[in-house]
Amino acid sequence: MKLDLLSSLYVFMLAAFIGFEVIRRVSPLLHTPLMSLTNALDAIAVVGAIILAGEHKTTLATILGTIAIISATSNIVGGFIITDRMLRMFKPSGAKKA
Amino acid sequence: MSPASSDLIIEIAYIIAAALFILSLKWLSSPTTARRGVFAGEAGMLLAIAGTLLHHGIVDYKWIAIALVLGTIIGIPLGRVHMTAVPQRTALSHAFGALCVTLVGTAEFYLRAPDLPKFMMSVLSLEVILGSLTLTGSLMAAGKLQEILPQRPITYKGQNFVNLSLLGVAMVIAVMLVLDPSKLYLYPLIVVIPLFFGVMMIIPIGGADMPTVISLLNSYAGLSAAAMGFVLDSKLLIVAGALDGASGFILSVNMSKAMNRSFTNVLFGAFGQEQASAAGKEEAKPVRSATAEESAAILAAANKVVIVPGYGMAVSQAQHKVRELYDALNKRGVDVKFGIHPVAGRMPGHMNVLLAEADIPYDRLLDMEETNGDFQQTDVALVIGANDVTNPAARSDASSPIYGMPILDVDKARTVMVIKRGMSAGFAGIENPLYYLDKTLMLFGDAKGFVGNIVRELAGGGHA
Repeated sequence: MKLDLLSSLYVFMLAAFIGFEVIRRVSPLLHTPLMSLTNALDAIAVVGAIILAGEHKTTLATILGTIAIISATSNIVGGFIITDRMLRMFKPSGAKKA
Repeated sequence: MSPASSDLIIEIAYIIAAALFILSLKWLSSPTTARRGVFAGEAGMLLAIAGTLLHHGIVDYKWIAIALVLGTIIGIPLGRVHMTAVPQRTALSHAFGALCVTLVGTAEFYLRAPDLPKFMMSVLSLEVILGSLTLTGSLMAAGKLQEILPQRPITYKGQNFVNLSLLGVAMVIAVMLVLDPSKLYLYPLIVVIPLFFGVMMIIPIGGADMPTVISLLNSYAGLSAAAMGFVLDSKLLIVAGALDGASGFILSVNMSKAMNRSFTNVLFGAFGQEQASAAGKEEAKPVRSATAEESAAILAAANKVVIVPGYGMAVSQAQHKVRELYDALNKRGVDVKFGIHPVAGRMPGHMNVLLAEADIPYDRLLDMEETNGDFQQTDVALVIGANDVTNPAARSDASSPIYGMPILDVDKARTVMVIKRGMSAGFAGIENPLYYLDKTLMLFGDAKGFVGNIVRELAGGGHA
């Protein structure tokens, strides 16, 4: 238990550093798509909700899990669609119009 | 498949998914690789969901399937909103993410209590408190951006005290639960109080503070998801939450710097103050104004033009007319660039998306530093619907409330043209000395209409 916890903290610390280094390099040009993309990735919380809804331990957990899947899935689907739509609009000079 | 081997497969799927998520953000750093980034993110997501469905604890797929389908049905229209609605859509998606995290946290609490070790209960409290306040805070922000709610900031005496006390009470209750998780009756309070706090936190926020607030809510949503990862012992969730939290944090720091506010000021939700009314300075100073015909002549004679867009351009939907102006000037050999302030618009990067939508090539969109190096050699700076971000008082007048705020130095260009509806002050209620300079021409009118008129003049005589 204690060891699990420590390794989780390690993962968090490393991921936070990677996050800072990677995201610092994102041009301000793309800050809006950055936000919609991280939002979609964040909806990976759906995996926790899926297990809750599927385990059927209590009625409450199943109901909450089901609603949680709906809200996370809408973020995944909507987030990826809009990020891709935005990125398709960014064209360099001289590119042929779509 | 035995539970042990399916667990191994799931964990491997999660590790690959985490790597894909990091690659996804890495590829987003440049417009040329960015779409590959979206693809990597999608692949990681599919892999993680597919892996999760193999989980041996799942006994019934009925509700999972229904929920996945319903979520997709809601998600598609949310992905297809108009580009001008992107800020409120983003706020709404922070709310959805926070809702998911809060519900899962609540379910976990009632499944496990009172058998919750202290650390577990602490992260669970953190998850639920951050989740709940992000939920209502984001809904409020979305309501203000969609103009369902009044956009004017509402402030009252002792506001910060009330807000901080609310948060303090929620934390005290969380500590009581950590010490004794069997007090089940206390749990609803650490959901309800932060829900209320979220509403109170956004009440004093005005439109120009939105880029900072949206970034901050983004960061909270990420941190609550990371906390959920600790509760569920899911490293993948910790990674995704940490990435999102870091992204929101970086954007918040950028935005608060660009707004000249300290980060602690932002962290504690103390936005929207400093509404210093500059009353008593109402004497009408002379300004020079110009017609569309005159401005077209000046623009056509220029070699270098920098256009500075602000929220006013988005409000009047002028980006497509601006694009026509860009084409018309380009045809005459005028070099046209765009100078974009970090807090122009209602969320980070807002102006870039609108201009890209209007088919303006992204290499013409410059950030503040790049643009400021250029103004000395610029013939005309054309300001469309921006105000405070061009106010030279931020550089020179130590008594100004925005003193020290980084601005676009449009006043260093040879001629400045400002398209504006009237002489009213900007969001911060601060007078802009730029308008009274000898080199400044005020072009009074609606951004879309006025730019349209200039384009018609450039096309060769608008007297059809």
